[in-house]
Amino acid sequence: MKPILTIQHLTKNYHDKKSEMTAIQDISLDVKENEFLAIVGPSGCGKSTLLSILAGLDTASKGKITFGKENLKIGYMLQKDSLFPWRTILENCYLGLEINHNLNDVTKKRVIDLLTTYGLGDFMDKYPDSLSGGMRQRVALIRTLAIDPDILLLDEAFSALDYCTRLALSDDVYQIIKKEGKTAIMVTHDLGEAISMADRIIVLSKRPSKIKTEYVIEMKDKSTPINNRKCPEFSIYYDKIWRDLDVHL
Amino acid sequence: MSTYSEEHLVFLKKAKRRKRLIILTQILIIVVFLAIWQLLASFKLINTFTFSSPWDVVQTTIQLAKTNQLWNHIWVTVYETLISFLLAGGIGLIIATILWWVPFLAKVFDPYLTILNSLPKVALGPLIIIWVGASVNSIIFMALMISVFITIINIYNGFISIDSDYIKLLRSFHASKKEIFLKLILPGNRTNIINSLKINISMSLIGVIMGELLVSKQGLGYLIMYGSQVFNINLVITAVVILGIVSYLMYYVINWIEKKSS
Repeated sequence: MKPILTIQHLTKNYHDKKSEMTAIQDISLDVKENEFLAIVGPSGCGKSTLLSILAGLDTASKGKITFGKENLKIGYMLQKDSLFPWRTILENCYLGLEINHNLNDVTKKRVIDLLTTYGLGDFMDKYPDSLSGGMRQRVALIRTLAIDPDILLLDEAFSALDYCTRLALSDDVYQIIKKEGKTAIMVTHDLGEAISMADRIIVLSKRPSKIKTEYVIEMKDKSTPINNRKCPEFSIYYDKIWRDLDVHL
Repeated sequence: MSTYSEEHLVFLKKAKRRKRLIILTQILIIVVFLAIWQLLASFKLINTFTFSSPWDVVQTTIQLAKTNQLWNHIWVTVYETLISFLLAGGIGLIIATILWWVPFLAKVFDPYLTILNSLPKVALGPLIIIWVGASVNSIIFMALMISVFITIINIYNGFISIDSDYIKLLRSFHASKKEIFLKLILPGNRTNIINSLKINISMSLIGVIMGELLVSKQGLGYLIMYGSQVFNINLVITAVVILGIVSYLMYYVINWIEKKSS
């Protein structure tokens, strides 16, 4: 099958007055359709830069990105939910559609259905400040899904939440993504999150980032992220990747 | 109401009583102040020629009202203030938008705006009179000079302090600059713009009075100036008191509009 996304020899340099710095060096990577790919790496290694480039918010210095489909849409979910406090939950979810000039009865209904399906039906007309952090992030996911993206980019999407909410939400989000049949690329510094959610993990090296190792996550009883954490393979992968990261204080 | 619990009713009652107490105390303060002032004047402990008295102020007000001058003077001042306020608000919003839109211009004009804003505008008074002429226009111009720069700076600062993650989010949806402005910057700055307008109206009034003190034939500032020249302290204090009431009312109207629109 043709990959939905191909990255070839991607390099990104940053410039400021005093210096030039290479954040990403020669990364090549294929992503298959419906795949859940996680990218881990030491902090400041350029993981988020990679996602920014994929989302079109930043430009690459060198290299090529090709998509396996024309007019492919990309949804970007950030660490902060960034819900507009002056808009209701529903209006927040309409934001992407409004900007793409694609807000009509069909898409409106889809957003309402998404909100209802994922337990936010009663909150549609509420404002963000009346929602908990976990719920807000779930709204942020639905705002991203509203434009019906082919690829979903998750940039430390759960990092701002407390541990329990984070586990529960990653379980939720995983199931939503799988149910909606999306391809996802997640950047995280949380190894447990990556191993429990992803089909494949890319480990990046310290700056300038290169691909260090790659793991296809296989578990005998693979199911939801929370259950995956209980699988014996989980700790084996954890151990291996931890050693790859080579963290020194 | 009947669904509220006993405890909640007690709470509401307390809140209401507290509010009433605040208003009563506020009235008490002004009554006591006026009474002391009047008593000091009546018993000749202060010189009413230089300090006037509440009763004299009332008399002067009635006299002004009888000759129809009172409303005229108030109207002239309010009118000049409103024109300046509207101009400064409009120009401020437009220029702040341009500066936000073209960061190059914002960088270029930053020192000039700072100078223009911090320059004591009263220093320009004589020049303004020479350039614009001794008319209502120069008063409005004066007020505009005082209010417009601070309005530009305040609104612009609000525009650029919008969380960059919000902008990143909109850009991930491929929003244009216009869409970012209309969907994020403007609605996200509602409170900031209203606060700028509140400052703007006070600044406009200050500018108008300053202008009227320098050059005018009408208005509350004129009354103050005229009163002091003929040493009619009753007139000066009356004008100041009316000015206080007018400025309070203007502020109150803006607050009211703010509450209405939210």
